[in-house]
Amino acid sequence: MRTITYLQAVREAMEEEMERDEKVFVIGLDVGTGLTFGVTTGMIDKFGKERVIDTPIAELSVAGVATGAALNGLRPVMEVMLQDFITLCMEQITNQASKARLMTGGQLKAPVVFRAPGGWFGSFAAQHSQSLEAWFAHIPGLKVIAPSTPAEAKALLKAAIRDDNPVAFFEHKKLFGRTGEVSEYGEDYVIEIGKADIKREGTDVSIITYSNMIWEAMDAAEELAKEGISCEVLDLRTISPMDREAICETVKKTGKVVVAEEGVETGGVGAEVTAIIADEVYAYLDAPVKRVACPMIPIPFNPDLERFVVPNKDNIIDAVREVING
Amino acid sequence: MCAANKKYDEKMLKDYKDMWLIRKFEDKIYQLYSEGVLPGTIHASTGQEAVAVGICKQLRKDDLMFTNHRGHGHTLMKGAEAKRMFAELLGKETGYCKGLGGSMHVADTENGVLGANGVVGSGMPLAVGAALSLVYNGRREDNDKVCVVFFGDGASGAGVFHECMNMASNWNLPLIFVCENNLYGMSTPIKEQGSIENIADRAAGYNMEGVTIDGNDLELVKETAARLIQKAREGGGPSLLECKTYRYNGHSRGDKPYGIYRTKEEVDYWKTEKDPILRYEKVLGLSDEEIKEIKKETDAIIDEAVKFAMESDALSPEDVLQYVFA
Repeated sequence: MRTITYLQAVREAMEEEMERDEKVFVIGLDVGTGLTFGVTTGMIDKFGKERVIDTPIAELSVAGVATGAALNGLRPVMEVMLQDFITLCMEQITNQASKARLMTGGQLKAPVVFRAPGGWFGSFAAQHSQSLEAWFAHIPGLKVIAPSTPAEAKALLKAAIRDDNPVAFFEHKKLFGRTGEVSEYGEDYVIEIGKADIKREGTDVSIITYSNMIWEAMDAAEELAKEGISCEVLDLRTISPMDREAICETVKKTGKVVVAEEGVETGGVGAEVTAIIADEVYAYLDAPVKRVACPMIPIPFNPDLERFVVPNKDNIIDAVREVING
Repeated sequence: MCAANKKYDEKMLKDYKDMWLIRKFEDKIYQLYSEGVLPGTIHASTGQEAVAVGICKQLRKDDLMFTNHRGHGHTLMKGAEAKRMFAELLGKETGYCKGLGGSMHVADTENGVLGANGVVGSGMPLAVGAALSLVYNGRREDNDKVCVVFFGDGASGAGVFHECMNMASNWNLPLIFVCENNLYGMSTPIKEQGSIENIADRAAGYNMEGVTIDGNDLELVKETAARLIQKAREGGGPSLLECKTYRYNGHSRGDKPYGIYRTKEEVDYWKTEKDPILRYEKVLGLSDEEIKEIKKETDAIIDEAVKFAMESDALSPEDVLQYVFA
């Protein structure tokens, strides 16, 4: 085991897969230099521009190029600079990549990964700070992943690249610098897509969340522990297909739930989690489910106003107290 | 038949028959729709047969092709069987896509047809990606395949058209963009969609060869397509071939051939003066008796194909799930 950053883990996942399988390649804006966050920096020296392909600024078509290459047998990883810009790719992801399998009666498959860092970063303003995972969870035929630790980022991206289906893989900009223990380079550790993970065991209340909000939840749980409140933190890891079993298990255990996310509340990931709970384990609830999410406001630029809008551990603590105290 | 007077060879006669196959295929679809047998919508290519015959038959089985919503003729000419086409259009399990794709999404991977698209212009990025896969990482040393993508004049106003020509040219891909300019994007005349007379003139802006031809002149289509395909095969890069043609039916089953945006006189002019089948009959010098016999033969093929489709079963609901993910 070594300690590396989330960013290095993402890069290693791509490098290991490219070494393992010649069909895997990286395509996107500025991937040659990796200028944006540095995720792909240096890869062009290892693999050459044949496999680290810079493109014009044409996200929609590039998403289609990646998909088309996948339809003919390759395994592209498309980097979209920011999750906000993946809105430009929606037609190809939604109508082409995710539907190719069914529409062709199983003749084609589209093993393509769309990587895009989302979330707030500190006054990046309304068009550089969004968390749009819920949009993608609404698309049948597409898998959606948003890991919270370096080890999981690496293992899940490797799984995504090997998956025969299109996968939207969402990093969080705030997580890129986070460090964690990751297996040695080349050890080939892969996590199954669609499995949630308990990040902290607890008995009084379940905090169900994912991505960077996990760390807000962990901090909240730590503080609440001092008050004698025992929180279980469940990391969804995969947003679609969602791990219904893990959600139900933690609800059965604690009977109280806070669902947290950085995206907006309406039609959000939390809404889906809450609906699963209502459908399957309603009888186990001791209190109404409480959601913590971004209000229906575009992210403001002003740092104080941004902090007010983007949910954090204090919002989670308040929500936990509410479900505990009723 | 007196061999000495024959103006044609067997290949030309087959091309003539194939134009009838497409026309009768499309006519039969309208009939089946009016009888309530065929579900959904229809985008028939009646009147545009010379483009499909002239281009697709110049391709090898292992060449790749993407078509659009008006693609029945293209797919038939790339090698698909009429019976499995009808089965698809009637939603049967024996159809190419198990009845899950329908008229707008017939794919036949055995013959290199990687799909048809219901979104105008969206096949182009996929085709660039598939063409990229043919040259990816030194693969050109092992193959000389090309890729062809069909779209209409309406798609020439879409951003992807320009983005894709830019990338295909920059990467020198073995790709032929075929614009079937039937003069109307749904009901909007092409003149109202752009300021240029010939769509192929756009190619110059991307350092690509662009050619505009009479798409109802079968020999001219064949000759031009053969040249551009060979050029792409030999590493000469992509090209844009614009075939001016005309559809006899409305855009879809929802609109009549004339009365709203086209006049009866205009439609009649194309049917009598410019019809690709009538014109080719003259080139071949066929007698009325020969023509009658060919039409009868074609009717028999169509009837048998429809019979096969009608007698086939549909996929059961429980089997649909297996086609969502690979």
